[in-house]
Amino acid sequence: MTSAGRKATSHRRDSGLSLGLAFAITAVFFAVAPFAIYPVFLMQVLCFALFACAFNLLIGYVGLVSFGHALYFGWASYLAAHAAKSWALPPELAIVVGTATAAVLGIVAGFLAIRRQGIYFAMITLALAQMMYLVALRAKFTGGEDGIQAVPRGRLLGLFPLSNEMTMYVFVFVVVLAALALIYRIINSPFGEVLKAIRENEQRTISLGYKTERYKLAAFVLSATLAGLAGSLKALVFQLASLTDVHWNMSGEVVLMTLLGGLGTVFGPVAGAFAVVAMENYLAAFGQWVLVIQGAVFVICVLLFRRGMVGELGHRLGVQL
Amino acid sequence: MFEIFGIPSQALFGQLLLGLINGSFYALLSLGLAVIFGMLNIINFSHGAQYMMGAFAAYLLLQYLGLNYWFALVIAPLLLGVFGVVIERLLLVHLRKLDPLYGLLLTFGLALVIEGLFRNYYGSSGLPYQVPDALRGGQNLGFMFLPNYRAWVIGFSVLVCFSTWFAIERTRLGSYLRAATENPALVRAFGINVPRMITLTYGFGVGLAALAGVMAAPIYNVSPQMGSDLIIVVFAVVVIGGMGSIMGAILTGFLLGVVEGLTKVFFPEASNTVIFAIMVVVLLFRPAGLFGRAA
Repeated sequence: MTSAGRKATSHRRDSGLSLGLAFAITAVFFAVAPFAIYPVFLMQVLCFALFACAFNLLIGYVGLVSFGHALYFGWASYLAAHAAKSWALPPELAIVVGTATAAVLGIVAGFLAIRRQGIYFAMITLALAQMMYLVALRAKFTGGEDGIQAVPRGRLLGLFPLSNEMTMYVFVFVVVLAALALIYRIINSPFGEVLKAIRENEQRTISLGYKTERYKLAAFVLSATLAGLAGSLKALVFQLASLTDVHWNMSGEVVLMTLLGGLGTVFGPVAGAFAVVAMENYLAAFGQWVLVIQGAVFVICVLLFRRGMVGELGHRLGVQL
Repeated sequence: MFEIFGIPSQALFGQLLLGLINGSFYALLSLGLAVIFGMLNIINFSHGAQYMMGAFAAYLLLQYLGLNYWFALVIAPLLLGVFGVVIERLLLVHLRKLDPLYGLLLTFGLALVIEGLFRNYYGSSGLPYQVPDALRGGQNLGFMFLPNYRAWVIGFSVLVCFSTWFAIERTRLGSYLRAATENPALVRAFGINVPRMITLTYGFGVGLAALAGVMAAPIYNVSPQMGSDLIIVVFAVVVIGGMGSIMGAILTGFLLGVVEGLTKVFFPEASNTVIFAIMVVVLLFRPAGLFGRAA
């Protein structure tokens, strides 16, 4: 995690080129792919890619391990679904409602979690997420075990019917791409540099006069908000919000995507999301083996493959990706 | 039969008893987590899965070898202790110099593998495990009915918890352990085999989880997911208590079990979230935890 970060500062000049190229390749891939691959699958990948990138903002760039990111993803998904279905809001407003919910939850959970460091931080975020999972299980509007089903996709800005699979795809594609560009911008801003400094040495950053608590909270809220955006989009794509999205399994999955793709790499989470979503789709018939394989991938990544797919590729090519 | 705050005494003491039972498991599991964390600097995410394996070990010993509860109480922790030693030697040993985050991720993966395997073979529904013959029935205490098995679980876990505390805080071996937690390099220089101590500590922690699993088998059904939800609550318990002190972990475990039991009487709908709510309050007013040293 830290070695990837140190490289980032030394290869500033050529990293701009390699990252730009990688961004272009990713964009072109997702622009062409729906003609060859089932669009719903691709939209699922895009939503989870955004979710994983939002998570990576914390773990990869601030060194904070949240084990409860399903909280923001899942609750945003519930609220977006509820807004679209029960309040009959147009899709863009439903997404705003979902994303704002995640932001508020992020402020509260972040404020509590940053009061403890290291391993406690992970346990607190997990416990808070579990608490809100139990609330979702009991709350009336979430539909309990059934979830919120048949969520209407509606018309975007009153003009474009999202019930059309391709229109929906273009919408998701544009939103996710814009969000990824935003994350890239955050990472490379002066604010992002302070975050990396906190990751490398928090005590020293404090002694340089930075109020690290505020930076950590800001990063936490940004990450939660973007995870919420991913969850809201997902609710519209699948027209469903369910307990799966708030369960701790989902928090684990996003960690897996990021780890497999490469912690602290810009494109790692995208590749990781693709791999994990593809694996789940193709292994769906094998039932509980998915869990076993996910677990095994975790163990193998931690022991032998800590750079992840993209991190390893970047290391081999000597560029930052 | 009398009433307290408008609640029949039977219900009140019944829930208090259930609370103490849950508290016993919280105490045993958070104790194991604290011991492992002290030595390995790892949060053992697979603790819940290992607790579940303990319960399954009891079930399988009875099913296939005809060995009853009392044998299981000894054999299951030993078996799982060996399992822990193998895990430590094969996997965790490679993480010594890394960020503790990797230990969390690895043991999380391990928990998924274990739970997935057990779900494959035993499905998600629970398997019954009988209360041992010697502990059937119960005592009528006048104000409540006390099942013998539950009394045994509480008594025995108190005994195990305090023996562990005594072994760590009051014996020579325990003093080595505490010294190695503070400064492993120095203790090694005195000629003590610290890596072996780390391995055995992990095995011991896993054995404790398995022991809790055996004790839980007759109370809850034996099922593959019995550990995963419990371990998250135990994490909250650990955050509340702080892992700096063995006694702190034990007391917090029992205390929170009782609080949870009382909540079930007075606010039933909040009973499964109350421990998390307490965690929030503790984080607000005493961020280092009740017994914690500043992290």
